[in-house]
Amino acid sequence: MITELGHFALILAFGIALMQMVVPMVGAHKGWRGWMAFAEPAATSQFILVGFAFATLTWAFVTSDFSLKLVYENSHSAKPMIYKISGVWGNHEGSMLLWLLILTLFGACAAWFGGNLPAALRARVLGVQASIAVAFFAFILFTSNPFLRLAVPPFDGRDLNPLLQDPGLAFHPPFLYLGYVGLSMAFSFAVAALIEGRVDAAWGRWVRPWTLAAWVFLTIGIALGSWWAYYELGWGGFWFWDPVENASFMPWLIATALLHSAIVVEKRESLKSWTVLLAILAFGFSLLGAFIVRSGVLTSVHAFANDPERGLYILIILAVFVGGALTLYALRAGAMEAKGAFGMVSRESGIVLNNILLAVSALVVFVGTIWPLAAEMLFERTLSVGPPFFDSAFTPFMVAIAVVMPFGALLAWKRGSIGRAGRQMVLVGVLAVALGGLAFAVQTGRSALGPVGVALAVWVILGAAVDLWSRTGRGGLAGRVGRLARLPRADWGKSVAHAGMGVTIFGVAAMTAWQQEDIRVAQVGDRFAVGAYEVEFRGVENGQGPNYTTLMAEMAVYRDGAVEAVLFPEKRNYPVAQMPTTEAAIDNGFTRDLYLVIGDPQTGGGYAVRTYIKPFANWIWGGAILMALGGFISLSDRRLRVAAGAARVPAAQVPAE
Amino acid sequence: MRWLALALTLWAAPLLAVQPGEMLDDPVLEARAREISTGLRCPVCRNESIDESNATLSADLRVMVRERLVAGDTDAEVVAAIVDRYGEFVLLRPDATGANLILWLAAPAMLIAALGIGLVTLRRRPTAASDTGLSEDEAKRVAEILRS
Repeated sequence: MITELGHFALILAFGIALMQMVVPMVGAHKGWRGWMAFAEPAATSQFILVGFAFATLTWAFVTSDFSLKLVYENSHSAKPMIYKISGVWGNHEGSMLLWLLILTLFGACAAWFGGNLPAALRARVLGVQASIAVAFFAFILFTSNPFLRLAVPPFDGRDLNPLLQDPGLAFHPPFLYLGYVGLSMAFSFAVAALIEGRVDAAWGRWVRPWTLAAWVFLTIGIALGSWWAYYELGWGGFWFWDPVENASFMPWLIATALLHSAIVVEKRESLKSWTVLLAILAFGFSLLGAFIVRSGVLTSVHAFANDPERGLYILIILAVFVGGALTLYALRAGAMEAKGAFGMVSRESGIVLNNILLAVSALVVFVGTIWPLAAEMLFERTLSVGPPFFDSAFTPFMVAIAVVMPFGALLAWKRGSIGRAGRQMVLVGVLAVALGGLAFAVQTGRSALGPVGVALAVWVILGAAVDLWSRTGRGGLAGRVGRLARLPRADWGKSVAHAGMGVTIFGVAAMTAWQQEDIRVAQVGDRFAVGAYEVEFRGVENGQGPNYTTLMAEMAVYRDGAVEAVLFPEKRNYPVAQMPTTEAAIDNGFTRDLYLVIGDPQTGGGYAVRTYIKPFANWIWGGAILMALGGFISLSDRRLRVAAGAARVPAAQVPAE
Repeated sequence: MRWLALALTLWAAPLLAVQPGEMLDDPVLEARAREISTGLRCPVCRNESIDESNATLSADLRVMVRERLVAGDTDAEVVAAIVDRYGEFVLLRPDATGANLILWLAAPAMLIAALGIGLVTLRRRPTAASDTGLSEDEAKRVAEILRS
């Protein structure tokens, strides 16, 4: 009964979205205030209704109501509570409802915090936002309805895919969707501005915090996904260049570019039409990602819910919105005149270079991701594009970005001086090369990856510090340190995020270059050396979890004769889903992770055991956390108080119960 | 749903990938084998290399790579033998031949074009006067302000 109410609420919200798509638009065109004012209550009620629908679906999962087809297919009564809740979005229909919930939440935020926007612009933004919502309401109600009942409710459910029963994955989709869908705000603002034919600093002041919030969530979402892959998939990779990973990475790259160019619009009233284009592309790539994931046209390890018919529907949404927006752009972009002039050497030019590099690196990912499809359709060649391609085609652009980033950040607005920025960076450059050389001297194997990674990381991190220090002006040390604490938060955010990028670069390079691996058959009682460590296989034990059986090994890791860690890698079997999983045991450390995996019993006795020593692994995600933190610090800047609503988003998206 | 479960088991089943029994005793040959197998796609999996995959076919391919290496083949010969059998689909790093040039050259071409367009646009727009530093009077004035 309560789920029917949820179903009705969803249909009602669909009706409201249809109205909100039309009425405020007409109002803005004709200048009718009443019609424009319809948008705010409509956006609020859409959010409340979708929130209610989402809460009823959650209720059905929590109470294990197997008369609901979706619950039957994706839940089980013995599943722990947290996974009953996360199971709501661990499937296609529920995840689309979450997507819609977040979409309407952003729409409602624009209504709640948009009081200082011009009325016509706000009405148009909300109208465009509602039109996106309409497309997804129709998609859910007509092709992926989560509220369908089963005539004969089964006794128990089929359980959630065990790989998804994991804390990392429980929170990965909500963050990712907050990012994907958050970019719809930038899109709506871009289209509204194109309709109005005007982009000014006030527009930039609005778009930037929303983009920044979306970017922060996207960063966290991607990092969570990568962290999950690291500990769950069992061989400790952190990025696989899988089509679905790429689908989240492309919007991230474009959003990063947008974030920077929006600053130029806000502060210097320049690069307007380029920023509008980026806003359209960023959301376009989000939709493309949704298409790739849901359609299954590209084989991917994430294909847990795909269906060609749904894919076609999303392709239509993609074509209509991106095609429509780009047509509008072609017609109206000329109307946007730049006001602020700037010289060839200036912060603005630095940001243009940043945008070019980010956009081209997004293009590398895009071409690599769709090439198998294009080659098959156009040239009848069945081929694969995998990690080796991306490693060699993508890395140069990241290196280039890392090299120019500290320079660009130091240049002054309007007109800068390479000489001045260069003088500030000389010491950092010397230090970077020296530490890179040191890394080269002490490492074995002599690959260039590690030393180059070290040098780049030092360059970027210290560059961020120099940037911050240079803002404190001149004078005595005490005065400058005092001023450091009083710098605007946006400055701190920028430096923290830039340093985070350096930390991630270091983690990736160090882990890739210096990882040690050992694969062997070990008997209980064996003790073997891996790198500087010794591993002792103490025993195995069979156990029983809430909805799985497990084989758990006990292993002690010694360093210099003393026990450094005792780890319990597991091999689990989920009987309902009939699926085994490996649970690697990881001892996280600041300078290294010890990563142990237990495998199948061998015919001659003993077990297959894999041991990895992964130097500086946590720095990869630590850097991502720093980047997200930098974004949050910048969002909290007093001058961006309008973003207060966006920062509160995560608290609001968890339904009651 | 059944094929879905099947597909999931194919890729997600815990994966011990390279089995201890398959590995060669010669560390140099084994390193080469690992290097080759990370570049070859498992023909029956969803986007995994034979080095990571747990499928039986991947295990067979891993053994085949090692047998050929032991027999004295070069890396290129080993890869060619497997491509002969399964087509270029197994190459995770596509050749830069024919239409694949588009794949390899799209980004560099785009970078050059974008830099060119960016440069031309920047030159055409009204520019702020270049930074010529302070004139003597200005420098004097700045010094006065800083002293006070």
